[in-house]
Amino acid sequence: MAKTHVTMKVNGAEVEGLVEPRTLLVHFIRENLSLTGTHIGCETTHCGACTVDLDGMSVKSCTMFAVQAQGSDIMTIEGVANADGTLSALQEGFRMMHGLQCGFCTPGMILRAQRLLQENPSPTEAEIRMGISGNFCRCTGYQNIVKAIQYAADKINGVEFKEAAE
Amino acid sequence: MIPGPFSYHRPATVADAVKLLSTLGDEARPLAGGHSLVPMMKLRLATPEHLIDLHGIDGLKGIRREAGRIVIGAMTTQHELLASDDIAKSLPILHETALLIADPQVRYRGTIGGNVANGDPGNDMPALMLTLGARYRLEGTAGGRDIAASEFYQGAYFTALEPGEILTFISIPEPVAGHGYAYEKLKRKVGDYATAAAAVVLTMAGGKVASCAIGLTNLHETPLLAVDAANAVIGTSLDAATLKKAAAAAEAIMSPAADARGPVEYRKHVGGIMVTRALTRAAGRAS
Repeated sequence: MAKTHVTMKVNGAEVEGLVEPRTLLVHFIRENLSLTGTHIGCETTHCGACTVDLDGMSVKSCTMFAVQAQGSDIMTIEGVANADGTLSALQEGFRMMHGLQCGFCTPGMILRAQRLLQENPSPTEAEIRMGISGNFCRCTGYQNIVKAIQYAADKINGVEFKEAAE
Repeated sequence: MIPGPFSYHRPATVADAVKLLSTLGDEARPLAGGHSLVPMMKLRLATPEHLIDLHGIDGLKGIRREAGRIVIGAMTTQHELLASDDIAKSLPILHETALLIADPQVRYRGTIGGNVANGDPGNDMPALMLTLGARYRLEGTAGGRDIAASEFYQGAYFTALEPGEILTFISIPEPVAGHGYAYEKLKRKVGDYATAAAAVVLTMAGGKVASCAIGLTNLHETPLLAVDAANAVIGTSLDAATLKKAAAAAEAIMSPAADARGPVEYRKHVGGIMVTRALTRAAGRAS
């Protein structure tokens, strides 16, 4: 099958590559660009481990083709940290609130939560839970992930984070 | 999992898309949001030789008004429907239903056109379209035609779409102000297809039901309009005996598949409960 030339912006840098039409975006990101922070979990559009930000949308990069991302602007976990290399508010929240155990779901969780907070800077707990309903975590039971996102929201909003009583 | 090889086409107009589809024949499939088709391709349950990506066509997105109707472009995503204040105000049941489809990531990509055109009995929008009296615009090489949603579904994954045709717009008559509505969906977990679901749109006058339409999702190989059940509630105040009668009338036309979501009797039983709950909630919202 003839290969197609694609160009897109990933984490602020212009990238290009030759792909078969059937190459999934996640494979292009991991194998052509060697950005392996984006994980392949279920491969069936359920788990959200492959979530990246594409033109202002959270998308499961295992469920679209690289050719469809031609000309788009993508962010992966490698592009999340602050410009000076310090942790972003969400990364810090996951660290401080113990929002991960094995860490496999974390890149997708953080990319999804970042878009959620951009659309809704002060989400309720219910809105956070619905907002990450396309991302599975098999370790934490989600409680600390929700806290991590609340921590980040408060930090971005300049509010002191108070952990809710359990 | 890697799909089988295919050629990728990205036409810029509906006419070009239709021409490609009709020229390439059975081995070509239109690609909308891709959240039904791409997973099937990864499992090699679908192996099209050509994909016609509809994302390059301007004008297939958006929501507009046209003589008392709300016209929605087929490539409008569920996320865009949810973001529309106009839809939330004029067609709140569409907002409520879109929110129950899959998860946020899927809703950013999944389109209303793909949802209604795929013919999957598990999809939520088809039964809602029957309930709302929607019409679909189909474009083919011989020109365009309109078809009622109620005449579109012929079997699981079988629709009135002819080879080479694509669905371009959905046209919904604007419900009257003060109507009551509810979409009740029982599912095993967030993001799942319905074990059973019911859509209700009704109007009330003097404490009694003046008009009513009921649609059923995933309780037959096609979406269903529960006409007898709707007729059973018109003129009543939705007392317990009437609700029971309506649920029984709806259950009488259900023939769900037995699958991981439960055996036939269970799914019919909960289907009746969805009808009862949707009627009650819709009546509570009507003014």
